[in-house]
Amino acid sequence: MGLLNKLDDPYEGGGIVLGKVEELLNWGRSKSDWYLHFGLACCAIEFMAMNASHFDFMRFGTIPRTSPRQADFIMITGTVTFKMADRIKILYEQMAEPKYVISVGSCSNSGGPYWEHGYHVLKGIDQIIPVDVYIPGCPPRPEAFEEGMILLQKKISRQAIFNKRKRLGTE
Amino acid sequence: MTAQEIFEKLRTEAGDAVIECVVQPSYDPFIRIAPQAVFDICHSLRDDELLAFDYLMSLSATDLGDDLGVVYHLYSTKWKHKLVVKTQVPKDNPVVPSVERIWRSADWHEREAFDLLGVRFDGHHNLIRILLPYDWEGHPLRKDYRTPETYHGMKV
Amino acid sequence: MSEKKKIDIEYSQLDSERMRINVGPQHPSTHGVLRLEVEVDGEIVTDVVPHLGYLHRSFEKHCEYMTYPQIIPYIDRMDYISAMNNEWPYVMALEKMLDVKVPEKVEYLRVIVAELNRIANHQIAVATFGLDAGAFTPFLFYFRDREYIIWILEKLSGARLLYNYFRVGGVAGDVYPTFKEECHDVIAKVRKTNAEVMNLLIHNNIFIKRTAGVGILTPDVAINYGCSGPVLRGSGMAHDLRRDEPYSIYDRFDFDIPVGKGEVGVVGDCWNRNMVRMHEMEQSCRIIEQALEQMPMEGDVTAAIPKRIKLPKGEIYSRAENPKGELGFYIVSNGTDKPERLKARGPSFVNLSVIPEISKGYMFADLILILGSIDIVLGEVDR
Repeated sequence: MGLLNKLDDPYEGGGIVLGKVEELLNWGRSKSDWYLHFGLACCAIEFMAMNASHFDFMRFGTIPRTSPRQADFIMITGTVTFKMADRIKILYEQMAEPKYVISVGSCSNSGGPYWEHGYHVLKGIDQIIPVDVYIPGCPPRPEAFEEGMILLQKKISRQAIFNKRKRLGTE
Repeated sequence: MTAQEIFEKLRTEAGDAVIECVVQPSYDPFIRIAPQAVFDICHSLRDDELLAFDYLMSLSATDLGDDLGVVYHLYSTKWKHKLVVKTQVPKDNPVVPSVERIWRSADWHEREAFDLLGVRFDGHHNLIRILLPYDWEGHPLRKDYRTPETYHGMKV
Repeated sequence: MSEKKKIDIEYSQLDSERMRINVGPQHPSTHGVLRLEVEVDGEIVTDVVPHLGYLHRSFEKHCEYMTYPQIIPYIDRMDYISAMNNEWPYVMALEKMLDVKVPEKVEYLRVIVAELNRIANHQIAVATFGLDAGAFTPFLFYFRDREYIIWILEKLSGARLLYNYFRVGGVAGDVYPTFKEECHDVIAKVRKTNAEVMNLLIHNNIFIKRTAGVGILTPDVAINYGCSGPVLRGSGMAHDLRRDEPYSIYDRFDFDIPVGKGEVGVVGDCWNRNMVRMHEMEQSCRIIEQALEQMPMEGDVTAAIPKRIKLPKGEIYSRAENPKGELGFYIVSNGTDKPERLKARGPSFVNLSVIPEISKGYMFADLILILGSIDIVLGEVDR
């Protein structure tokens, strides 16, 4: 809890927090990401297990949305085919800035097992949209989903909002 | 009934359109028929009391080099017997009568065979691509198929 | 005195305009990437046109380039919810062609893992069907229990979802010491949750109002469309390959084939199809219990087979009862170590084709339930 650590600050009496506005905004942004789940194939089943009782994806502050306009990041879980690729691009373009992409599984990272002879499989989602976090695995275990989510949160919390050239220090 | 008995029964009804019955090791016994008689023979296979093949398990098309083959796997829920029926057509004019009106399950199977191997089924009500995009070119499961370089600007 | 003018309008003139709605391919309740083009008249569905192929991963083309054992992982990825059941007919076909005798222990082990996976599949089917009807709690219950089944399968094979466990003439891993106790534990848990869900969901008044009498499929139509599995059995046909054409060692077990009886609603509606799945889980539990009792714990889990598997020239059509229906593989071999042609007949592909037939005339919201009750997996529909 980056900001709350600063509560025991030198100013006596408490209740005063000194910090940057950017850090506050980023803290809020990274801990409440709403996502558009783009379930395509096998990884989507693991992601359903991730959402259910044992792993509880919502403790990261994520809430599933069914509309791209309300989503902060899109989670692409599964094999992307050419028939589907155009639709993913449309959905990605509909999302509001700032937007992030998590690519889950070998198939959407690089084509996976369908890399060599898959005449109808897109060899990596990064050919059509930019990707922030890649989660490897075929399919990834729920623990890998957790790590991918933490990596995305780290990335968001380091982003500069006002001076775009500067990157914030690590917390 | 075994395949040999069915073959003899069909032979008396349909004549030379039923070409041969092949029983050999490591093959399921199958009956080869002429392509133009597919609809009539399949119709009698379904409606005959003793045959009653009411369940089309699978319809597959294969690339045989110069020809395209179509294989029907039939099953009877009444008598619990199975039958394999085969036919083949030349690659430059691959037209087979559709059995969609006999078994409705043939509808999508035939569309898939058309999509992936380019067998044209005469009499099918809606013979369009089913798996690949509607503007895809070629039939990928043919042995001489060349994968295109790009599709809609994306590298294949 | 003017006569009051009588307004006389025929009801047919009040006909509202037909509208075409697009559902999918990215839609939370199409169970994957299916696109349905629906024509509605007000709220009533008048036509449904499914568009497939959004997950067409060129499975059959890959098979022509792969050696026979290399194909098994691709078969896992067809119906990714019940991977164990998928591998079985393929491995069975190869064993029949090579004339390999499988050890006794392997047969029992295969039955146990396949039935465990069948339970896991039906749990997802009922859970997501509940979600479609608006019930979230069964989803959490079933996914909690499914995890215990997955842990057993993971200990055996090393993977959580796509196992690659069946090998020609055997299986990949031996049982571990506490295998039997854990299986008995899981069965107890499955039975407990099923009893809960039975009260919570299946006999819930709201659920019955939503699903009973919706999407009625008569047995002769189902046969003509080639339906199989719970879709066909929900219509009252006791057609099960485990009983009709006993493969492996299914003739040694005592189990019933549940069919839709129409306790609520009409035979062949969504409720009965779902009920068949609930009963099948119980029957799977019975099979596992018997198999655990009879299974020898000693022995090898692989038969002696050549290292390089070459099939004799020939053809085979092999089928087995998947949780979703009849899964068949048509293999054409040309005498080398790679198949000439491999065609998969997926039960979801065939079962889905019945959608336009049974959803006409129902409300739009019912269409989602009818789709959910068929229990499709798009990986198998599109392959």
